[in-house]
Formats: sequence, structure tokens, C-alpha cells
Amino acid sequence: MKYEPVIGLEVHAQLKTKTKIFCGCPTDFGGTPNAHVCPVCLGMPGVLPVLNRKTVEFAIKTGLALNCEIATVTKFDRKNYFYPDLPKDYQISQYDQPICRSGHLTIKGRPIRIHRAHLEEDAGKLVHAGAAGLHGSDYSLVDFNRSGVPLLEIVSEPDLTSPEEARLYLTELRTILRYLDVCDGNLEEGSFRCDANVSIRPVGQKELGTKAEIKNMNSFKAVQRAIQSEIERQTALLEKGERVVQETRLWNEATGTTHPMRSKEEAHDYRYFPDPDLVPVVVDKSWVSEIAQALPELPSQRRKRYVEQCSLSGDDAAVLAESKELSDFFDSVLSLGAPAKAVANWLMGPTIWYLNENKLEFSQTSITPENVRDLSQAVNSGALSSSTAKQVLLELLANAGDVKTLIEQKGLSQISDEKGLTDLVTKVLADNPSQVAEFHSGKTKVRQFFFGEVMKATKGKANPQVINTILDEQLAKND
Amino acid sequence: MNEIVCKSIAELRGLLLAKQVSAREILAAHRQHASELEPKLNAFNCFTFELAERQAERVDQMVAAGESLPPLAGVPVALKDNICLEGYPTTCSSKILERFVPVYRATVVDRLHEAGALIIGKTNMDEFAMGSSTENSAFKLTCNPWDTSTVPGGSSGGSAVAVASGCSVVALGSDTGGSIRQPASFCGVVGMKPTYGLVSRFGLVAFASSLDQIGPLGRVVEDVALTLQAIGGPDRRDSTSLNAALPNLLTGIDSDIRGMKIGIISELSADGIDSEVQNSVQAAAATYRQLGAEVSSVSLPNAKHALPVYYLIATAEASANLARFDGVRYGYRNLEAQDLLTMYCKTRQEGFGPEVKRRIMLGTYALSSGYYDAYYKKAQQVRRLIKNDFDQAFQNFDLLLSPTSPSVAFEFGAKTADPLQMYLSDIATIPANLAGIPGISLPCGFGQGGRPVGLQILGPLQADARLLRAAHAFEQATEFHKMKSPVLSAACARS
Repeated sequence: MKYEPVIGLEVHAQLKTKTKIFCGCPTDFGGTPNAHVCPVCLGMPGVLPVLNRKTVEFAIKTGLALNCEIATVTKFDRKNYFYPDLPKDYQISQYDQPICRSGHLTIKGRPIRIHRAHLEEDAGKLVHAGAAGLHGSDYSLVDFNRSGVPLLEIVSEPDLTSPEEARLYLTELRTILRYLDVCDGNLEEGSFRCDANVSIRPVGQKELGTKAEIKNMNSFKAVQRAIQSEIERQTALLEKGERVVQETRLWNEATGTTHPMRSKEEAHDYRYFPDPDLVPVVVDKSWVSEIAQALPELPSQRRKRYVEQCSLSGDDAAVLAESKELSDFFDSVLSLGAPAKAVANWLMGPTIWYLNENKLEFSQTSITPENVRDLSQAVNSGALSSSTAKQVLLELLANAGDVKTLIEQKGLSQISDEKGLTDLVTKVLADNPSQVAEFHSGKTKVRQFFFGEVMKATKGKANPQVINTILDEQLAKND
Repeated sequence: MNEIVCKSIAELRGLLLAKQVSAREILAAHRQHASELEPKLNAFNCFTFELAERQAERVDQMVAAGESLPPLAGVPVALKDNICLEGYPTTCSSKILERFVPVYRATVVDRLHEAGALIIGKTNMDEFAMGSSTENSAFKLTCNPWDTSTVPGGSSGGSAVAVASGCSVVALGSDTGGSIRQPASFCGVVGMKPTYGLVSRFGLVAFASSLDQIGPLGRVVEDVALTLQAIGGPDRRDSTSLNAALPNLLTGIDSDIRGMKIGIISELSADGIDSEVQNSVQAAAATYRQLGAEVSSVSLPNAKHALPVYYLIATAEASANLARFDGVRYGYRNLEAQDLLTMYCKTRQEGFGPEVKRRIMLGTYALSSGYYDAYYKKAQQVRRLIKNDFDQAFQNFDLLLSPTSPSVAFEFGAKTADPLQMYLSDIATIPANLAGIPGISLPCGFGQGGRPVGLQILGPLQADARLLRAAHAFEQATEFHKMKSPVLSAACARS
């Protein structure tokens, strides 16, 4: 029998507010353990939560970008369970009246429905001494810096049909959150975490199969691999005539497999009920429309603009728009009047290569939009060859500077002097009579060799168009 | 010197302004009196005289400098031991918090301090405010100063005793189902549960968040009004506190109540109410008629459901509120446990008393998957009906009357064997918490053995000033408030 996977994703996005969701402590990552805590996020007796309005604003912003319905009244509930990293032994979350519902995001032209998005507080972090986990450790310490950090849990419908789609969904979602400037989307620091619900069913069957929830995936690649591995595990079970058990499984990056964490029978009864310490939030319509009006251009809109107005290919537009920083920069260069295609190529090619090579964020480079405009003008005017332009670009990314000065300092100015180049071409042809003979016998590919020799002699600074013209003239003459 | 402990806030203020007595002298008199009585009454979990000393010094400096004195200048106040005061233990009379010292203080403590009050100690209570006799304290039994073989009521028993015995002029308690009004009734003092949200809950260790409310106890209505005026009003640290500015509760407190419409709650004037209590309430109704009020009876048909509704909602909230006492960060921890689950179980098994455990279990059950709709949700629906009954009643009446408690103070151990009997002590007070409305208890008579009877007055939301006015009018027309508990009248007589 042929099976098809059904995948739904739950993403916990840490909202980039300055302070925590129910107290005034900073949300900064890292820091000495228990440096960013107060009686409220430590769950001391008698203290009360006060909702950070900014978290609601960020949730609404995200909901609008994900085409969600925004609740007119939303409330907070207590999710009860005991764990040492949870100071009150309940988590303030949202149960039946989430702030956002029924949205979608589009990947490869296909809408993936968003079931809901709700606000909640993060827990602290356990540090186990003497073992990797709680079991077998001598003792455990708790760092509450993360306790009370605002999270938006974004739950998709089970609309994803492959591990690849799951990865695309996550990439797009993260890009959207970054465009909105509500989440920095850093998987390593845990500001963007993902759990996957995976089931399989015979192709054509309507009902869903029994699902397993996969946790502990720390990269998009891990998500893709974990889902793939889970699909294979479930397929093997069904093919052996066995059943899939509903359970939570942990992904093990080292072994490339999932293993059970807890089964449904051991599942918690969270005993949700409305938190009596917080009053329901009435979401003012005018507030929502204010936020809607201030929404930035979203990745999908930006890609569309790049294709329609900048004549970039769909793939180029996608590469460029994936990073908000990079595409914001691109837009700044365009606004200075530089040609889109050339600039896009510089950014997607050498720039992304440079960033990957040096493990840098675009914001860590020193280049300015004016630099790229100047570079493009230098190439257009023939003052710089496109290959030297790349060198200048890399120099600007690394050390900043001014295009004109760099060209002068490094002697990179393009040689367009016809007289000099004519002499050089003549010399190259004279020095290589056998190749000239080959050319005339029809092996016209040899022309590229002459071109290369001229470039070599000028250290790449010769204007290629001028070389071409002269080469063609000289070779015709020799004929 | 000893007569100082018999004074009201207004009298103390007069003495201070006339420089006949200093704040430090007021404190010294109360300190001596409280220290003498403590072995006998067990009202306090701890004294905070060093703090009071500093506060008294500040008041005396103000007097010396001729500054205008804040409203509670030099007034000794006792705090129920579930109200956080930094630097001193806040135990909730529970073993699990026996050594817990908060690093923060409640909003009401800030406000008492600003008002010039002298905080003299933390009072004994039923563990986590769960009880009606203060017998559920993990530490000691507090005695009713009118008859030390009887309970002071609860859960704010220590606060009621502190006031009734003259250890403090006023005290703060918390009222979740009657925990201020019922001990006030048993101890012959005035105790008020304000409108929900009138006083910030920040720093009050939660029992049932949607019902808990801090309120004052005092020997006269004016002292209660002055204290409430000082502690009430909006607080950004409590999302459930009312946004509206606190009205002046003293303005018009002594104006007459002619024409006021008062309803006697029929469901709380017959079955299950001791006849001596019924008689006192009837006499109080007659007093109100004499004062020009129109008194007739009113029915609250859903009031009979208040007790079960309360024991579902309050326990459900408590089960979550008390989860944090898990031995991980503060408070008691079982040190023998070798794994996490055992540590949790042993810590809570050893740290909580039986009534607290009973309520945590009840509440956990009421919220459990499969039972939520039948219990918690249903209780919330009936709570709405009870509120509606009050809304309806207040369309025709300005205030409602009932006994505060079905009986006068009972002997130690009389109800400890049967929790349901104990729960029935709160039958008259619980409805106000469910509806969020204000309620006050004031002395209106004496029953068997000269034990005080309390009259409860209820009003609509935010009619706290009206309640105080009606209570004040009754007080002015009667002599009950002049009767003092034996230990206090003895102190006053000695002077």
C-alpha cells in the first residue's frame, strides 16, 4: 500500500519585546543565571502578573500578516503541571480564546492554513549536574532568566505533505516574523522552536492516521530529517501490520532517529481554567486597524515586486527576499537609481558567499547603499571591469571605504585605452602563432584563450568590451 | 499609659496633635499590652516592633516639625500573616512557608506606611486562609478574648483578636468567603470586605484570586473607614484592581439614613440560624426602622447554592495558586527524597495541613478533564445566577441585612471533626464574595455566655461608602461597640 504523510507544525516564537510578558524584567538572552528575575517571574507568593501590552501588539501584527482573524476579546488561562523550571507550577497561556485564529501562509503558491496563534509565557531552564539530562544527574539547577519571556505559539493545520514542505513553511514563517520585527528567529538561542505532528495514511484515505509529536529539533534541517525519519518509522510499522501509538517522541540528532518520550496514557491533564489574576483583554478594532496600516511590506509582496517591477526571476526574488536585511539594503540601492539586475547579482552572489564564508550577518558588514550605487556607476562608465568590481565589493563588505578611493588606491582602474590594448592584442597574437593558425582552421574556441591572455597581462583590469572589439578586428585582419 | 490601648484613631490623632502623647508612647503602650496578652491569646505569629519603632520615630519627627500628619499617623496596625512585609516571615500559618521571608511588600503595606501607621506584627490565621476558626493554623490556637474557651472565628482570627483585645487599633485581614466578617462577628468588632478590586491584592498570598479581598477590622466603624481609605484605590500591580479613584469614604459617614431601603435576606433569617442570632438581627432591623429606614424582607433564591459553588470555585483556584509551594525555590522541602516526584510529594505531604490538602484535592478534581463542565463550569454559571439575584435585589433595595454568622463563637474542637459543619459557618458571608459586592460585619448583640453577635450589611458594587454610612448610623444608635472584651476593658479600667 502507498502511504502519504500528514504534517502539522507548532512553532514557539519568542517575541522581541524589551521586557517579559507579565513583569518588567529584561528578555535579553544569556546573562548570568537568574540575573533577569523578579518576584513575579520567580512565582513568589502573593505577587501578580500584569500583561505587557506590547506582546499583544506583536501577536496582532503577526496574526494580520498570517491572514488570521483577530479576537475581539481574548483571555489568559492557567495550564497546570508540575516541573521545576515552571515557577508557579502553572503556565499562563491561552486555551479557548486565542488572540489569533484561522489564518494561512502561502508556500509555492499553496496556502497552508494556520489553526491559531496564542500568547504564553516561557519557562525557565534546567541545568543538570553530572549528566546530560535530569536522570542520572547529581543535582539540577534552575535558571529563571527565560521564565516569563513572551512566546507566540503558532499552530498550523495538518496541511503539509512532505518534510520539504515543512521546511519551506518554517523558512517562510521565520522570514515573515523577521520582516515584522517581532521575533529574531534564532533557532540556536531558542527564540524560534518547532514541534512537528506527523501521521501517515493510505493515499486516498480521508481520515487522519494516529499521530506522533516530534520534539527537540534544533535546525530546519533537523526538522526535515526528523519528519522524514518519522514517516519511515510509521510506514515500516504499518507495513509490518503494527499500529502507530499516539505519543511524544524526541529527535536525536546524533542517531538520526526519534525515540519515545511519553505516551498518551502518561499525557498530562493540564486542567486549564481562566486565570483569575488577569482580566480579559478587549481588543479595540481601531487598534487592530492601526497595526494593520503600519504593517511592513511582507516577503510575498516583496518577491512579487521584485519579479514584476525589477524583472528578477522568481528564484532570484526568493533568494533576495529571504533576508529582510539584505533585501532592505537592495531596496535602498535601487532607490539611489542603480540597476536592479546587477545589484541583485552582487548581493546574491559574492555578498551571500562572503557572509556564509565568514559566518556573518549582513548587519555586521560595513558596506553602504551608496557604495553599491557607485560601484554600479563605475562599471557602467567603463571605469571598472565587472570582475574587479567583485573585488571592490568584497573589500567594501570587509573594511568599508569609498569606491573611488579604493579603485585608485588599489590600481584597479579598468584599462580602456585602445592604443595600449591594441598593442597588447597584437603582441598576444604574435606570441602565439600556432593558436592563431588553429583559430583560422575553424577552432574558434581559441579566441577565448587570447582574451584570457590579454586579461592576464592586465591583471584583469582590461575593459572586456574593448578587448573583444580589438580582438575581432585583429583576427579578421590576420585572416 | 494603659488607656492608650482603648483609643480610636481620631482620639489618638487628637492626642498626637496636642502633643499629649508621642507616637513612640502609643507604640510602647500597645507593645506592652500585646506582649502581656500574647501568651494568653496567641494572636500573633510574629511581632514587628523594630519596624513600628522606626515608623513611630518618623511620625514624631513630623509632629515636632509641625508637618501635617497623615491619616493613620501613630496608629498601631496588625497584618494578617498572608500579607507580605519584606524582611519578616510571611507564613500563612503554614509549615510550608514557616521560614519564608519575602523581599517585597504588599501594596497595602506601602499605603499603611505612607499613611503613618505603625505595623506591629503579623497575625495568626487558618492555614492559607482556609477555615473559619483559626484552628487550621499549623502553629497555634488563637483564643477569643471574650471567652478563651472559644474560637475567634477565621480565617482572620488573629487580626480580629488583635483588635478586640486592644493589641492594635485596627488590623488587616483577607476575606475569601467571610474571613474578615465572621471573626469580626465572633470577636465583637467591625470588619469589612470591600468591593472586589477596591483594595489591591498585590502582596496578598492568594487563596482564591477571584474571591480574595483585603479589608480592615476595627473597634468602631470610623476606624474601619479611615483604614480602608488609606489602603484602597487603583494599583497598577494588580490587574483586577478597580480603575476608578477611591471615593472619600468619610464624607457623609455621619449623615442620616432616613428613607434608605433595607432588605432582610429571608434565606438567611430562618433555618440553620441560631435563634439568639435571629433575635439580634431582628432587633437591628427595628433600630434601622427607628432611624427612618424602610425595612422589608427580600429573597435571594439562588443564595442556597452559594456554599457548593464556593467550594468548587475557591478550591479550583486554590489548587493552582498553591501549586507553587513545591519545595524547589523557597519554603519547606523534604530533604530525604532522592528523586523529583518524591521530593514534590513528601514536601507537600509534610508541608500542608489536612484542610489545605483536602481543598487542593477538591479543586484539582473539579478542574480535571471530564469533570470540568460538571463542576467548575457549572459553578461559574450558578455564580452568575447569584450575582443576578443581588443585581435584582439592589434594584429595590439600597442595602441588605443578614446575620454575619449562623452562631456566636463556638468552643475549640466543636467543628473540627466535620468539615461540612465548619463550612456552614460561612453560609451568610460567601454570597458577597461570589458577587464581588461589599459586606461589613458590626456588633449587634450578645448571645449565650455574653458572646458577641454580628450584623452583616451588604451593598451593591462600589457602594462601600453607603455601607459604612449605614453601619455608622447603627453604631451611633446603639451601645454594642462600647462593650469591650474583658482583657481590653480591664486594661482600660486599670488606667
